[in-house]
Amino acid sequence: MKLLEVENLSVRYGTTTILKNVDFSVDENNWLMVVGPNGAGKTTLINAVSQYIGYTGRIRYLGRDIKTYKPRELAQNLGVLSQSYSVNYPFTVGEVVRLGRYAYTPGIFSRKSGEDEEKVRSALELTGLTELADRSVLTLSGGELQRTFLAQVLAQDPKILMLDEPTNHLDLVYQKQILELIRRWLCGEKRAVISVVHDLSLAKAYGTHSLLLDRGSAVAQGEIDEVFSPVHLDKAYSVDVYAWMDDMLSQWRGREEL
Amino acid sequence: MKQKGESFLLWEYAVFAVAMFAVLVLCVSVGSVSVPFGDTVTVIWNTIFGLPIPGEISSPAVIYASRLPRVICVALVGASLSLCGGAMQGLLKNPLADGSTLGVSSGASLGAVIAIAFGITVPSLPFAGTIVMAMLFAFLSLMIILSLAYKLDYSLSTNTIILIGVIYSMFVSSIMSLIITFAPDKVRHITFWTMGSLSGSSYRNAALLFVTLIICGAVILSQSRELNAFAIGEENAMHIGVNVRRVKLVILITVSALIGVCVSIGGTIGFVGLVTPHIVRMLVGPNHRRLLPASLFGGAIFLMLADLVARTLLNPLELPIGVVTSLIGAVLFVIIFYKTRSARR
Repeated sequence: MKLLEVENLSVRYGTTTILKNVDFSVDENNWLMVVGPNGAGKTTLINAVSQYIGYTGRIRYLGRDIKTYKPRELAQNLGVLSQSYSVNYPFTVGEVVRLGRYAYTPGIFSRKSGEDEEKVRSALELTGLTELADRSVLTLSGGELQRTFLAQVLAQDPKILMLDEPTNHLDLVYQKQILELIRRWLCGEKRAVISVVHDLSLAKAYGTHSLLLDRGSAVAQGEIDEVFSPVHLDKAYSVDVYAWMDDMLSQWRGREEL
Repeated sequence: MKQKGESFLLWEYAVFAVAMFAVLVLCVSVGSVSVPFGDTVTVIWNTIFGLPIPGEISSPAVIYASRLPRVICVALVGASLSLCGGAMQGLLKNPLADGSTLGVSSGASLGAVIAIAFGITVPSLPFAGTIVMAMLFAFLSLMIILSLAYKLDYSLSTNTIILIGVIYSMFVSSIMSLIITFAPDKVRHITFWTMGSLSGSSYRNAALLFVTLIICGAVILSQSRELNAFAIGEENAMHIGVNVRRVKLVILITVSALIGVCVSIGGTIGFVGLVTPHIVRMLVGPNHRRLLPASLFGGAIFLMLADLVARTLLNPLELPIGVVTSLIGAVLFVIIFYKTRSARR
């Protein structure tokens, strides 16, 4: 079942074209890894699909033009984790995560339901933040802040998760924990994940599909093993990616043999 | 950090209200003619409930006709400016923003200066020329600022709004200087007015301020959750489902209307909208459901005390209230800024 269909997506900033006629679709339970070198247009693609920036082309969610969704309706279906966050005021972790339920509490007088509280509690627990719920976000490390906003997106309970470098600030333990968590989350009904990643090993390990971008155009797309062929990767990155990966891995093999 | 409740609780409203009333009684009682606190309370009470004022009170007119309307106007202007400051700091995610960041405050001042310099009056309402011109220019300024911002950036990003507000304020202040140059006989009047003054405020002014604050205050308070989202980040606000363009327009228009009315009655009074929300945030936290109601009370208390200093410090000479707020505000702001920065390190 197709959840998201993108046709002829183009984004221009002034006279510069950032994305050129990109087409892709995301099916139920797919994890689409958007990869490519710097400046390929990966974050722009996330920003366009999430309606944060203007674009030309057509994006349909469940067969309906995404522009026709109201902000709250869209937020109930599409959750976005940005690349980095900066905070200026001492909100608590709990307050930030609770804002994830905004789309479900329409009026100023509407009370948070038991379901809201449960989603917030579970999001804090899944991201290992229960103990930090009352801490000011100004005192958090980069990784803790990243997890706070991930918890907010999980509390938002969307159908499609859009993650821009979700493991950016995370140590190895949390990288594994968060990626496993997203993999389990993905098993639910009508769910999908679109994430931008730089680490091709992580992309290969967790993705089901991939969209390989280079200078705003799609080099390849489809199932992850097809896209991650030497021909496609070498073309996009202009280096022998497989040789580089083998080289990196061999350092660890060397340690084992010692 | 201990988590504070999401909303302002009834007892908290009561504590702030009692503090505000105590300061109001103090400010009405102290002045060139001192009045016992008991007499002040009696006059206020009897006036509210339409009871006759006892004969043994020596100077009821000082309280009823002169000080009470002035102090009420000061409290309402303080509450309004502080509420606007709190809302703008949240909307723009910028702790240095306040109502005047938009440039509407400067625009309203220009209107009033033109009215004073050219003696513009409203037929049958000669006293209202300055007020009408200030409100008209506040509204025109908002239209100009929003049109320019839209032209530059359709999404009305916060940076665009701040930039246009600053440029517009500078442009307007140069026009004001030009007008002052060509109206030397009005310099004293204009200068005193641009530094802010609420002396001679009437119950009519208080009624206008009260009605505007009730309407605009209700609109701003109704956007508390959206302002929380904006204070965390505009992009994040959009992703969690906030209609960012609509909320921005609602807040900008409401803040402009409130600032326009305040400036039209009390002139330019700086730093109240900047400093009070900072102090209040330290007490009740950054959540706008608590911050905005507390800012209303905090602003009223701050401006009433500043007005008391302005009236009594060099008695019988009265200082412009804007000068006092800027002096106190600037020092307080440096202290607060230093403390919060040190705490974050």
